[in-house]
Amino acid sequence: MKNRGITLYLHVHQPYRVREYSVFDASIDHNYFNDPDAFSDHNNEKIFRKVADKSYRPMNALLEKLLATHPDFKVSLSITGTFIDQALAWAPDVIDSFKRLVDTGRVEIVAETYYHSLAFFYSRSEFERQVESHRAKIREIFDVETSVFRNTELAYNDELAQWADTYGFKGILAEGWDPVLEWRSPNYVYRPEGTENISLLLKNYKLSDDLAFRFSNRGWEEWPLTVDKYNSWVESSIYDQPLINLFMDYETFGEHQWEDTGIFTFFEDFVARWLDNPKNTFYTVSEAIDTHKPVGTVSMPQTVTWADSERDLTAWLGNSMQHEAMRHLYALEGDILRSGDDELISDWRKLQTSDHAYYMCTKWFTDGDVHAYFSPYDSPYDAFLYYINAIRDVRWRLHETHRIGGLHG
Amino acid sequence: MLGWELPPHNSGGLGVACFHLSKALAMQGTSIDFVVPYAAEHSAIDFMTIHHATNVSPLHKFGMGAYDSKFLSSTIDDKETGELHTIRDIQRRYSKFVETLVQKNDFDAIHAHDWLTIEAGVRAKQLTHKPLIVHVHATEFDRAGGHAGNPLVHEIEYHGLIMADRIIAVSAITKQIIVEKYGIPADKVEVVHNAIDPQSFDVSYEYDDRTYRYLEGLKTEGYTIVSAVTRLTVQKGLVQLIRAFAKAVDKYDRFALLLAGDGEQRDELIRLAAEYGISDKVFFTGFVRGKQWRDAYSVSDVFVLSSISEPFGLTALEAAHHNTALIVTNQSGVGEVLNSIFRYDFWDVDRLADQLVGIATSPALKESLRKNVSHEYARISWNDIARQCASLYSNVKKPAGVMA
Repeated sequence: MKNRGITLYLHVHQPYRVREYSVFDASIDHNYFNDPDAFSDHNNEKIFRKVADKSYRPMNALLEKLLATHPDFKVSLSITGTFIDQALAWAPDVIDSFKRLVDTGRVEIVAETYYHSLAFFYSRSEFERQVESHRAKIREIFDVETSVFRNTELAYNDELAQWADTYGFKGILAEGWDPVLEWRSPNYVYRPEGTENISLLLKNYKLSDDLAFRFSNRGWEEWPLTVDKYNSWVESSIYDQPLINLFMDYETFGEHQWEDTGIFTFFEDFVARWLDNPKNTFYTVSEAIDTHKPVGTVSMPQTVTWADSERDLTAWLGNSMQHEAMRHLYALEGDILRSGDDELISDWRKLQTSDHAYYMCTKWFTDGDVHAYFSPYDSPYDAFLYYINAIRDVRWRLHETHRIGGLHG
Repeated sequence: MLGWELPPHNSGGLGVACFHLSKALAMQGTSIDFVVPYAAEHSAIDFMTIHHATNVSPLHKFGMGAYDSKFLSSTIDDKETGELHTIRDIQRRYSKFVETLVQKNDFDAIHAHDWLTIEAGVRAKQLTHKPLIVHVHATEFDRAGGHAGNPLVHEIEYHGLIMADRIIAVSAITKQIIVEKYGIPADKVEVVHNAIDPQSFDVSYEYDDRTYRYLEGLKTEGYTIVSAVTRLTVQKGLVQLIRAFAKAVDKYDRFALLLAGDGEQRDELIRLAAEYGISDKVFFTGFVRGKQWRDAYSVSDVFVLSSISEPFGLTALEAAHHNTALIVTNQSGVGEVLNSIFRYDFWDVDRLADQLVGIATSPALKESLRKNVSHEYARISWNDIARQCASLYSNVKKPAGVMA
């Protein structure tokens, strides 16, 4: 009897990076996201095409192969709206390959905000609109319904779980963070504090991050990671428990860990190796929840994310520039929506993508460890500057075109 | 050690760097004889022996500072002897003095600063066979602000760099110039950044808001004060700074620009500000020292180092010490030791203007830049630099006791 499963969940996302948008562009050129320089690091099309070649195409081909080879192999994906829009524009074959995956019936799509935003923390109504528009997009492209929710950066707290419960989701994903779990294991299904029906799946961060962050790190004492070694870790972690939840960025495969690190062959061999044991299988997130009852209640009153050693929101909302940028952005909500200007509303929402705030993070920057985080900009200050200039232009459009709001400098 | 100036008889950063380096070396046990080309009191210096190569007054009074080779043709009038001197005369007398000095004294290494003292350094090496370390704070390419500069000075620099046993460059930018423009092998050149010694600032200093009272008045009306503390000379990229400032003012008018310093470009800059119609917003102070100098930093919100070619740029660290946000050109070496700053290419006036408007209109951006650079500016200390120099002396040859 197969009673031990890996829940593999991959997050697929690309933001619309803001080009070097200056104060001299504001009020004159309303194009924030299309860098005219084809070679620039802010050229979204260039980046998308590159990552499509390095990650989306080869990984989807591998997933397709694994699904064909192993009847028990399954995977769950969250695919942001901003990713889908970019793929439709620049690599429609990538969308087709995702469709083929979903059509196997063994690939589940996970719900989230269309714009990969932090809206939950700023505006509940805007947040719900983005969840709705994401569900609609998934229905339109893949012809499936979503029933399990994950919030941007896995940012989770009890309030979010209660919202998702009321909303009707049957499951929600979060980080399996030791200080919260204490003696409990992430390898079970739990019930979020204060909820009726919803189940909570917790990321096994040790085993997930072995692949996502450490796989190719030659300074890591376990390098090189072999299939034998990793399989033995997974086996001993799960032991007599039902689940191993491996949650990570999809781009782990081919982009964060390049092909020449051996990540693709490692993964292919590991799936086969895991399924060699007749007790082992894979679950989609819904199956994991349907198969296993919650064993207890977990409470996270404070927001927990899957980022950094702090597992909090400080990479996005940790400094005054980030707070100021988000405050200015969300202050426009009412005026923006009243304008009824679809293009303006879409630009405003693209500015909500959490990556913009992340690029303004200074917490590693001052330590001189400037390479510890990924950003297409020279510095967090540059990121802030271009972003604020774009917000100025949004205000200008509201004011000039719709006679709404003021310019505030 | 062969130098051209020491505080308070300096007209810029070379004297300051020589002072701090010598002091830190002396504290670590190196004995130093320091030669200057003029006669004047250095009552604050008791950690080394200062030798005066001539009896003329401090040269900066005659515009014969270390920063400009145009004065090659100018002359000064020696009050005591009634003789007229060119800079070449002074250099010849400096070399003669050093020749005598090195033959009478024992020492282990010769450390010469910039082209003015290089010839004397080479002579000392020839006479004593001691190792010569040439410390490059600026090349003629930097001083000429992107132009060719003086061929004679190039020649002297080239000869000195060839003869040197080791070369110290104050930044990677400067090293690149030494390697690319002078054809020196890269492994002969070591990058040793300058530092700032926060302790060297008078601790009793308190900002006096009456010094720049008008600017303080503007600040209470929401103005952002942009400043440059600099010689007004082509190397410093001030024409581009004023153009960028005019562009910024066009977007957001609550700006003032404080230009603290003097130089041959002053009149041109005043004219330029008038042409852009921003004369009321640009403040020329003339040469500042002491309290006026420090208050110029303190009154500022943003400090711009706009140089076309700046081997290091100590003023940026001084500004950071006085709690300003920093904008530094990519052509300035000091940018190599700082992260929490804005950078731009000296010609990119749009980018600088954008950064200025961004800072002026966002309190969060301004405060983040100010606060974060304040954790960075003092990371390198003169003690570290002195240790690097001392190890360089001993690796070139035998340890201890530097001359000349």
